[in-house]
Amino acid sequence: MDHLDRLEADSVDIFREAVAESERPVLLYSIGKDSSVLLHLARKAFYPSKPPFPLLHVDTTWKFREMIEFRDRTAAELGLELIVHRNPECVALGINPFDHGSARHTDLWKTQGLRQALDEHRFDVAFGGARRDEEASRAKERVFSFRTAQHQWDPKNQRPELWRLYNTRVAPGESIRVFPLSNWTELDVWRYVERERIPVVPLYFAAQRPVVDRDGMLIMVDDDRMPLSEPPRQELVRFRTLGCYPLTGAVRSEARTVAEIVEEMRAATTSERQGRLIDHDQSGSMERKKREGYF
Amino acid sequence: MELLRFITCGSVDDGKSTLIGRLLYESKLLYADHLAALEADSRRVGTRGGELDFALLVDGLAAEREQGITIDVAYRFFSTEARRFIVADTPGHEQYTRNMVTGASTADAAVILLDAGKGVLSQTRRHARIVSLLGIRHVALAVNKLDLLSYSREAFEKVCFEFTEFAADLGFAEITCVPMSATEGVNVVGHSELTPWYDGKTLLQWLESVVVTPEENGPSRFLVQWVNRPDRTFRGFSGRVLRGTLRQGDEVRVLPGDRASTVERIVTMDGDLTEALAGSSVTVVLADDVDASRGDLLASAADPPRVADTFQAHLVWLNEAGLLPGRQYLAKIGARTHGFTATKALQLNEIGVDSVHFDAPVPFESYRTNRDLGSFVVLDRLTNATVGAGMIDFALRSPNLRWQTLTVDKQARIERNGHRPCVVWLTGLSGAGKSTIADLVEKALHADGRHTFLLDGDNVRHGLNSDLGFSDADRVENIRRIAEVAALMVDAGLIVLVSFISPFRAERALARSLVAENEFCEVFVDTPLEVAEQRDPKGLYARARRGELANFTGIDSPYEPPENPEVRLDTTALSPEQAAEVVVARLRALGIC
Repeated sequence: MDHLDRLEADSVDIFREAVAESERPVLLYSIGKDSSVLLHLARKAFYPSKPPFPLLHVDTTWKFREMIEFRDRTAAELGLELIVHRNPECVALGINPFDHGSARHTDLWKTQGLRQALDEHRFDVAFGGARRDEEASRAKERVFSFRTAQHQWDPKNQRPELWRLYNTRVAPGESIRVFPLSNWTELDVWRYVERERIPVVPLYFAAQRPVVDRDGMLIMVDDDRMPLSEPPRQELVRFRTLGCYPLTGAVRSEARTVAEIVEEMRAATTSERQGRLIDHDQSGSMERKKREGYF
Repeated sequence: MELLRFITCGSVDDGKSTLIGRLLYESKLLYADHLAALEADSRRVGTRGGELDFALLVDGLAAEREQGITIDVAYRFFSTEARRFIVADTPGHEQYTRNMVTGASTADAAVILLDAGKGVLSQTRRHARIVSLLGIRHVALAVNKLDLLSYSREAFEKVCFEFTEFAADLGFAEITCVPMSATEGVNVVGHSELTPWYDGKTLLQWLESVVVTPEENGPSRFLVQWVNRPDRTFRGFSGRVLRGTLRQGDEVRVLPGDRASTVERIVTMDGDLTEALAGSSVTVVLADDVDASRGDLLASAADPPRVADTFQAHLVWLNEAGLLPGRQYLAKIGARTHGFTATKALQLNEIGVDSVHFDAPVPFESYRTNRDLGSFVVLDRLTNATVGAGMIDFALRSPNLRWQTLTVDKQARIERNGHRPCVVWLTGLSGAGKSTIADLVEKALHADGRHTFLLDGDNVRHGLNSDLGFSDADRVENIRRIAEVAALMVDAGLIVLVSFISPFRAERALARSLVAENEFCEVFVDTPLEVAEQRDPKGLYARARRGELANFTGIDSPYEPPENPEVRLDTTALSPEQAAEVVVARLRALGIC
């Protein structure tokens, strides 16, 4: 077995354990490449059955339009139930990254929104596409990561996780976040996308797109809600990671195919999360967000 | 490209985090933004006077940076042209044995670090023993910090000799010693001119060349995780090949039930396979309509594993609350979770050899033979925490030794006695009124012609349990024995009144589990602590308050009230006579008398 076979078999194993031992599982679908791989692995795990859980997208109304199209098409083609949750308070208050800042925008839409959706549907297992190579605090998180009834993660009090014997036991109200891609790297994800021909959002591939400079990042102007002091210019760019469009930096790239992305990755000198404004609010910010229930 | 999982272990300050940071750096896996953050952090909190401090890359959690130690297992990834690596970085401080065991449980190889200046310490030996216990066969000894000894060949060879001699009987397939300086990058990736006398492998060369024996040889074992039934026409078993190679047409036994069948199809989303190698996750369709469910094992019919319920096992305790002998835990083995008990006390981070018991037979192999079928984790029934880890050495008793079937059985006794037997378990604080009420209940039942017996806490402690004190462990054993005696008396056809403080839910659950479902009546004699203390019929509370009695329930030892007792008696509202009537009425309602 090569390393992708072994990673795939481990992830499938994780999906099956979590589903067999939970009452109400859900897959947190964030539409990015990791979610695409996660969904592909879920289909493999339960084939010929369909994945026995719905997809949940915690929407912020600020995602790229192409992401939303891709999301709806994917769920429809695979015949999977899609739950879209938008934090009603944010909708009412019109929370956005320009007026309220990236930190509050992310906390209210994503962290609080996710907690609302999990509570509302009483999910006891939530699959996520987080990888340990993304960030230092994620490197220490379990594959089966326990959450209190308040959705909190206590990094100093995690359950020891040995062999492939995952502890899925929870009391009512408590839950487990399950990360089948824990041991994958960004390069593994792309190599797997290439090998398995997994569809991903076209924003990952280089194209001429309208961009402006914001805080040292190239921001794509995806609709007319963005306040502009200068007209956007066309540049050949792509995205390494996808989130809310005003907070996600594009990179100049000529990679138009998965193979070209893999080549580009091998020569890359910056990490993917560099394109995320929210991680750089302060040192240790991801750990703080995770304690509060961010995915 | 192959995947290799390895762990690094060493004592505090031996340079593990630095080594891993160095491997990431040297294999060009540090992105520019990570490097920029590292440079800034090195200046701010680094320990190398502003030079790059690689340890900061790995010590992820904010708390760790403040304390300057690694507090949990961290997983890191890097790859070279030859291999993709997963590193478990495990802390060296002795109280963190559990983290090392965790990291080692999924590793194929181990890098044991030591400080050349300090030599082989007791911690180094402990790390090597754990690596051996967890079944890792390939070991590199990284003799670090040689820069502080001017790269002395003599110092290096002395340490190697000492370690190799000590580790001779730990069962390692190979030990490779590498002279190193992680901070200076000497012999981590490339050879260094600072050690011209060394022409062996550098650490990375060793990692790239370790040959891990594949599990594809040996009899096939397939673990069923999930029964796959998309519709009425398809019934498959989704799971994983743990060992060997599963082929279409193979004859298999379904364990532990031991039914026979044949592999008809091996199904994947990419099409059917003719064979599945060890490690692959597939879905198996059997030729016959045999009943198999989650946790069952499909095994080569020619060489199936044994099935047993009692084992000698190595146990590692992972929780602050120590193992209590006889307490009912749960254990997850393969894809099953069963009731579990052990016989010897263990504290956090202790490793012991014990006789352990599962409450159902499980297919198993010794951990040495098969990690997947020989490993289990112990879970606490109340907190759900993972409290222990176990490795099976061998079976102590075959479940084929069944109970002798007796002609005069429980049913015969029920017919003779004219009533059903049961346990009436009274629990509550000292001075709650348990014994008084139990005595009244027995008197009423006896007068009514029922066959009864009363087991009283104080009385039993004079005889059967005279060897036990009042520590948590002794309290558990006290109740275990009483529960067994009560169960025997139920077999003898008696209504057994048990009057014990029995403070822990887990032990009362054990007592309940030893008899049939309708043969247990838990009576919570509910008296608030203030009231019991005020009554204090034996003057015990006063003594406990003066500090003359240690581990007194309610004072300095906990009482866990029942959550769903059959009867709850509020003794502040009921007289003992009224309370006894409530119990007798309940026993009538349950059809006991």
